[in-house]
Amino acid sequence: MALQLLLNIFLAFTWMFLGNSFTVGSLFGGYLAGLLMIFMMRRFFPQRFYLLNVIAAIKLVLLFIKELILSNIEIFKIILRPKLDMTPGIFALPTDLEKDWEITMLANLITLTPGTLVLDISDDRKTLYIHAMDLQSVEESIEGIKNSFEKAIKEVSR
Amino acid sequence: MKENLEIIFAAVIVLGAFVNLVGAIGVIRLPDIYTRNHAASKGATLGTLLILTAAFLFFWVEDGHMNARLVLGIIFVFVTAPVAGHLISRAAYNSGVPLWEKSGQDALKAKKQKAQSK
Repeated sequence: MALQLLLNIFLAFTWMFLGNSFTVGSLFGGYLAGLLMIFMMRRFFPQRFYLLNVIAAIKLVLLFIKELILSNIEIFKIILRPKLDMTPGIFALPTDLEKDWEITMLANLITLTPGTLVLDISDDRKTLYIHAMDLQSVEESIEGIKNSFEKAIKEVSR
Repeated sequence: MKENLEIIFAAVIVLGAFVNLVGAIGVIRLPDIYTRNHAASKGATLGTLLILTAAFLFFWVEDGHMNARLVLGIIFVFVTAPVAGHLISRAAYNSGVPLWEKSGQDALKAKKQKAQSK
């Protein structure tokens, strides 16, 4: 992805030098032209066309914001209820993400999802230990959310 | 049009202050450090985020002044708050702070005991 982005910027500069006009507008035009060229040459790159990664990253950010708002509503319901009747607990979640930044991203997302907080990551980076606010009711649905997160992160790094 | 937008921004700032208030109530009310950390890390993040976003938009609409520092502040809070929550609760767990007595399972405990017996 970084290679394609760098190549695109290089093409934009080449476009600027060819046109002999050094403005932001011509840089942008060159960027679009370079994007088209890279799209046509996409079969020669080992990775996929990089705009798809950018779209996946934007989707991840939107998911992040949505989960943050949902988690706050969830926590409010527990805090403002007159009786504290939740059962907190710690459970283990196996993950198959490999790179360090992916695991960090997943841990951050989990911390901001409804009623979960990452406590520890095992030394072999295969298991996340998560503290849940309300264990029984949430655990199943949390697994689902996590699968969607893991999928979104994998989509970004593919 | 401008007045309407200002009312919306004011509402967002009040909402952010309310979110922070509920987070603070949660820190007082909840029983142990881990559940308190839930309230602190989530409530503070969203509340601060809402207030900073509304301030950014207000100065943009009112003065036509785009303050990039507020945007950077939003991103920094967004990225660092969950990490801080994680580190505090991890440090608490490793120094042996007990969970609330009504807690359910404790998967991490079994793992720690296994590591110690080796």
